[in-house]
Amino acid sequence: MDAIILQLLNGLDKGSAYALIALGLTLIFGTLGVVNFAHGALFMIGAFCAVTLQRILSFSYVVEDPTQKDFLGRPLKVQTPYIESWFGPDFGSAIIDWSVPLAILFSIPIMIAIGFIMERGLIKHFYKRPHADQILVTFGLAIVLQEIVRTYYGANPIQTPAPQAFVGSFDFGSLLGFDPNVVIYPYWRMVYFGFSALIIGAVFAFLRFTTFGMVVRAGMADRETVGLLGLNIDKRFTLMFGLAAAVAGLAGVMYAPINAPNYHMGMDFLVLSFVVVVVGGMGSLPGAVLAGFMLGILESFASMNEVKDYFDGIDQIIIYLVAIVVLLTRPRGLMGRKGVMED
Amino acid sequence: MFGLNKKDSILMIAVAALALLAPFILNIFPNDSALAFFNAGYPDLMQRFVIFGIFAIGFNLLFGLTGYLSFGHAAFLGVGSYAAVWMFKLLNYNVVPAIVLSIVVAAAFSLVIGYISLRRSGIYFSILTLAFAQMMFVTAYSDLLGRWLGITLTNGETGLQVYNDDPQILLGNGPNVPHLFGLEMRAKEVWDIGPWEFTLPVGYYLCAVLMLASFYLAIRIFRSPFGLMLRAIKSNQTRLNYTGLNSKPYTLAVFVISGMYAGLAGGLLACMDPLAGAERMQWTASGEVVIMTILGGAGTLIGPILGSGAIKYLENVFSKLNEGLLHDWFGFMPDGLEGALVWVVSKFTGEGWHLTLGGLFMLVIIFLPGGLVEGGNKIRSWIQNRTGRGSPPADTASTPAE
Amino acid sequence: MSILEVQNVNKSFGGLKALQNVNLKVEEGTIHAIIGPNGAGKSTLLNCLVGKLTPDTGSVTFDGVSLLGKKPYEINQTGVSRVFQTPEIFGDLTVYENVLIPCFGKRDGSFEMNALMSVNSQKDIRAKAEQMLEDVNMADKREMRASSLSRGDKRRLEMAMCLAQDPKLLLLDEPTAGMARADTNNTIALLAEIQERRHITMAVIEHDMHVVFSLAQRISVLAQGTVIVEDLPENIKGHPKVKEAYLGGAH
Repeated sequence: MDAIILQLLNGLDKGSAYALIALGLTLIFGTLGVVNFAHGALFMIGAFCAVTLQRILSFSYVVEDPTQKDFLGRPLKVQTPYIESWFGPDFGSAIIDWSVPLAILFSIPIMIAIGFIMERGLIKHFYKRPHADQILVTFGLAIVLQEIVRTYYGANPIQTPAPQAFVGSFDFGSLLGFDPNVVIYPYWRMVYFGFSALIIGAVFAFLRFTTFGMVVRAGMADRETVGLLGLNIDKRFTLMFGLAAAVAGLAGVMYAPINAPNYHMGMDFLVLSFVVVVVGGMGSLPGAVLAGFMLGILESFASMNEVKDYFDGIDQIIIYLVAIVVLLTRPRGLMGRKGVMED
Repeated sequence: MFGLNKKDSILMIAVAALALLAPFILNIFPNDSALAFFNAGYPDLMQRFVIFGIFAIGFNLLFGLTGYLSFGHAAFLGVGSYAAVWMFKLLNYNVVPAIVLSIVVAAAFSLVIGYISLRRSGIYFSILTLAFAQMMFVTAYSDLLGRWLGITLTNGETGLQVYNDDPQILLGNGPNVPHLFGLEMRAKEVWDIGPWEFTLPVGYYLCAVLMLASFYLAIRIFRSPFGLMLRAIKSNQTRLNYTGLNSKPYTLAVFVISGMYAGLAGGLLACMDPLAGAERMQWTASGEVVIMTILGGAGTLIGPILGSGAIKYLENVFSKLNEGLLHDWFGFMPDGLEGALVWVVSKFTGEGWHLTLGGLFMLVIIFLPGGLVEGGNKIRSWIQNRTGRGSPPADTASTPAE
Repeated sequence: MSILEVQNVNKSFGGLKALQNVNLKVEEGTIHAIIGPNGAGKSTLLNCLVGKLTPDTGSVTFDGVSLLGKKPYEINQTGVSRVFQTPEIFGDLTVYENVLIPCFGKRDGSFEMNALMSVNSQKDIRAKAEQMLEDVNMADKREMRASSLSRGDKRRLEMAMCLAQDPKLLLLDEPTAGMARADTNNTIALLAEIQERRHITMAVIEHDMHVVFSLAQRISVLAQGTVIVEDLPENIKGHPKVKEAYLGGAH
């Protein structure tokens, strides 16, 4: 029982990431009819926003500390971040420590700007082109983005720690009466799950309660009709793309401490998120979220030792296997509607 | 000739001539000249030209004719390589059983994957094939299947190769490298003619002959009723349905055929260098064959060959370029400009080849979706228009009436 | 003898009853027109016949075989061909290649799978395709890309493709919609000629009364999802129920 709860918890954070990426993919697909193969790259760029901010905040200059000596007896050279000299050592180091959460603020304008540029500069010209062209051009863009990141950040993963306050784990089991330290859940993962739930809730609320969201939902149900209503669809499309990019970016920012960002993480997540979208049902937002969490949790269960004894490494492919089964039995996915992408 | 019409026969002969004379054409620059850098007549590179040509020809049969965009074709190439190496391990280094098995295994895999993926079309199909390929990549990379069966099947990230303690039951006194009934693949003839040096590798000629056979088969498929049907599938499935025809068997058939082409390419890769690794199955490799086909011209006969040649050639040139060489090249410029130019260009060369590839990918799709063939046609008609000004346009068929 | 029999067919979309107890009998070798005001359910009925929609209740029998639950391509294999309101042709192929496809296809839905056979070597099939193009007066346009044809030509091409299958029943969905008068008259003449020469049974959905009364040997009038009258053309003219349906007297 305790092991099951542990895996359930472990699956939540990965599931959150899948759900957030899949949500953005579905939003773009549902409104614009474009499959964005560069969406994983947006997630990756989000994670590198966290890396970048951490680096910017840690920009240092060298001071010689006469009170300490190095092994040759010279005054020790100490790297001091500018930010500590501006805001005082305590507050300054706290800012650096909190760079990942701060990167949320840092990344939102960046991600929205990237989304705008992508939509206005590239995707817009592909609405009338065949789906294959849309896939291919965004695929090319994904390669370009990830290679640019590799050029500047190298091929190795970059550790991006969470604030000190979130280091350590919450002993979830003792709440439920299990032995202490059995069912533990790292604080940051809890934060990630909560954060994702918040964003998902915000996106759904936005679609539900604003006129903009209403148009978007109508557009997802019947794109042609909404186009005929004379609303300025173009502008909304751009906004929608920016929103989806921001969602993917935020998912990436907060994921940085969980998994050290590397340049190809976007594509790794993208493939799985596509599977999530297909399992959830193409064009269905609740389906994307549901399938994201489901598959995340399933993956985590598959990595239990009890399972691994039988099928070593099944956790690496379980999502694909499930997707195949779902597609064979329910070709439209769990919550897919008839008529979406069936031409 | 051989059941081809005149135009196709000329094309076939031209491709055959190019393939057979490639060792000379590609080493056109004398060895000690400054332009020798652009030569491409090395065994390894020439073999890759034709092997990826086979891969792209097969991919084009699926994508070019039916419009089904598979994003997982590298998986079949990968299993082909594994199958071939296994033949080396079990039997001996003769390439014939290796090639046969690589085609058979790829056919089996593509049958299963095609059967499931073709339940959906459009984007779904692309995503499904991508997912399958990624699953196979992970399985091969961690040798999951082997772990469950308790054997070494793909040898994980190290890659599969032949070891001394492998059974090789038919080895006997045969060569200890891949060979065709004793003719070693890596054997080569080197001709020195004046300042030129031409290398004629055995392995290349085997690949070239198989590429020509594949190309011939592709022409026959293009010109058959089956090929006509495949183009009809791309054009309008509704009409096909209301003509009493179920498109499934035909798409599945061509999916398997193109999987077999990929398997053959994978098997040949292993025959040239008896190694098989999971990285051949990665999504980047699948993406590469897509861009080869599109760069050349999807749906055209010659396109995939042009495309694979262009990509592999550029890859070779760009990867070889380093900063030292760039400084030499741009040396005539003022220092500041030279430094800046080298800095920019160096991002795209060497390690940065993938960045160039991605950029090229986007440029082709944005500006030249019909690929080099379409580009060539445009240039030709532009020239014709210039020279034939004054006379009425001959091509009325292409003016839309609506 | 009736070749197509529709009995008590019902079809509703959500709360909307598109078809209510529709009965229809099409006699072999005749041209049967189905007319009715907009929204009467003509297209729904047609879609039920070709397998695009499945009726909720009722039966559709063609040539003694029930069509219910069959997929469009299976229904076509029984001998039903359909011409669409917006022509469905292979736009990327040439006119000639368009006609070759149904010529290569056999009645049972099988198609030449031999990937090594050359289209050029099939003299009989090529001759048949050329004959079909002659029949619809399109032989001079055989090398044109189908998508570049005018709408009237597209419709004629589609008709040639359907006729190449030697159908027992040809369903035509507004064959003259959007056509100029001259084109309409050409189409009427073409259909009449085909009927005379090949005795193909046709069911025509049509708005244009000129077309209906020039061609039809029998007419069913559909209004609000039911057949209100079925009779000979001369009896339909001036029939009070038909007038009411078209002029909406009751409302």
